[in-house]
Amino acid sequence: MKKAFCILFLAIAATSCSVDPEIKPIVAADGIKEIIPEGWPQPFYRFTDNPITTDKFILGRALFYEPLFSLDNTTSCSSCHQQFAAFSQNGHQFSHGINGLLGKRNAPALQNLTWNTSLMHDGGVNNMEVFPPAPMTNPVEMGETLDHVVQKITASYKYKDLFRRAYGDDTVTTQRMFKAIAQFMGTMYSYNSKYDKVKQGSESFTASEQNGYSVFVQKCVSCHKEPLFTDYQFRNNGLAVNTNLNDSGRAHITQNPADLYKFKTPSLRNIEVSGPYMHDGRYMTLNNCLDHYTSSVVSGPTLDPLLNAGISLDAQEKSDIIAFLKTLTDHQFLSDKRYSESNQ
Amino acid sequence: MRFSGILIIIFSVFFSCKKTTVNPPEAMLPMPPPANTGTSLQLNINNVANGKSLILGAAGSYTTANSDTFYVNLLKYYISNVSLTNSAGQTFTVPESYFLIDQSDSTSGFTTIQNIPADDYSSISFMVGVDAARNTSGAQTGALDPLYGMFWGWNTGYIMAKMEGYSRRSAAGNKTLFFHIGGYTGKFTGVRTVTLNLPINVHIQEQHLPKISIAADLAKWFSGTHALPFSSVYNVTSLSQKSQDIADNYANMFTVTAVVN
Repeated sequence: MKKAFCILFLAIAATSCSVDPEIKPIVAADGIKEIIPEGWPQPFYRFTDNPITTDKFILGRALFYEPLFSLDNTTSCSSCHQQFAAFSQNGHQFSHGINGLLGKRNAPALQNLTWNTSLMHDGGVNNMEVFPPAPMTNPVEMGETLDHVVQKITASYKYKDLFRRAYGDDTVTTQRMFKAIAQFMGTMYSYNSKYDKVKQGSESFTASEQNGYSVFVQKCVSCHKEPLFTDYQFRNNGLAVNTNLNDSGRAHITQNPADLYKFKTPSLRNIEVSGPYMHDGRYMTLNNCLDHYTSSVVSGPTLDPLLNAGISLDAQEKSDIIAFLKTLTDHQFLSDKRYSESNQ
Repeated sequence: MRFSGILIIIFSVFFSCKKTTVNPPEAMLPMPPPANTGTSLQLNINNVANGKSLILGAAGSYTTANSDTFYVNLLKYYISNVSLTNSAGQTFTVPESYFLIDQSDSTSGFTTIQNIPADDYSSISFMVGVDAARNTSGAQTGALDPLYGMFWGWNTGYIMAKMEGYSRRSAAGNKTLFFHIGGYTGKFTGVRTVTLNLPINVHIQEQHLPKISIAADLAKWFSGTHALPFSSVYNVTSLSQKSQDIADNYANMFTVTAVVN
């Protein structure tokens, strides 16, 4: 009897804590900090007013992978931004949001975002911290209200702990969420590709890669400027306007007819894994893209003057450029566990 | 012995959960607001339409100078960067002054501004909308929290003023009116600076709470600098000449109705 009594107590002691949902252990995000690789320009977004801490990064990462951000709790940032595809969406011309709704632009790769002077293909977002409201409130993406997301995150047990660790108490505000997400997004650095190692002298290009690089520097680099492989400018690169979408591009933001059909030059880092290509994902392969510049540039009042005559490339040059572009793939970045959902 | 053994077990049951307590420590509870013993001013902004008190919904019917009758479902706008100027022309700018006036929140038009230097002030200035700096410097909080529905995600920046309603004269199929006026830079902006001379000086001094009352006439959005009948201007939710025209008009919607010292 006495023994049974003690066992009963022990059983209560053992189970008395299990009423709270279990919090999975969190893998540390070692070494997360602001990075400016040698020879790179100063970033546009600085963490001065949003000092990086491991706990804020971890909170931002949890929110990035959080489907509660969407109206029906199905869609997270990571639904359309997958790490193995350099945080673009593999194979999707357009991504689907809630209820299977489709947008009209291709989900871009996310990397080295702090150098972006604006975000979105049309540059509509002026600061990385205020990026999240766009997909969260877009009816064809997450379809939510910010107010409701704050309520849902506040009610989630998991986030009480994550917010306390990051901010000292568990109050959920949009500012706290967005600054944490900015820490996660803004520290997605990709600077360890073969190209980078060749530049540092620790690896060397093959003959084909070297030839591709030489042609690239002659014919492509004025827009896809090293080391970030973009100049962050808005340009009409001569894509025939898709009359079903009628996407006016930068002009949608500026209301300036001179900006019609212009889109931001994308970085070419990790381009091998981040197709489909172009703002509307019309091309599935890098070959398609090069074929566009040699053969299908459409003239128009806002066409970039650099493309008035297209770009001349022979078959060998195309295949060498593609060999070179593949040296921009950063396998370390694509598999870096600190950015992965498995850490949640 | 047996009793103390059970006690130990009871204690271990009791304390085993202590670690997971989620209540915030005392120090993190919000502080009560400081007592108003300094030099303060009460600023009251009262929304009207064509001189009548504004009532949301079907109970309130108003008419513009263009003889368009309309109803209002929503009216919100930002007032920011409040400053007071004394008769010698010296200006005191209230730091961090951002207020969201929301017609559905009866308290939003009443604001007490603290820590104003004691003086006699002859005019008040403020922005309708939010200055460019706060439109570009990342995630904000307080009145500028984007969750109040006054922030564009697709073209980031604040909606400076928003009115939604209904008019039979609206050219929209379902006769709705949508005016979301944004923009903080470039050709089209929704930010306007308003300066109002006070009929008598407001006397800011210790232990007093003087009051400035201002009427904001919504009907003036549609007339004044630009005549904007609902037959042609009824759905303005992005930057355009129309949003610019509405902002020009609403810059003139404010009238000082009383200064009480």
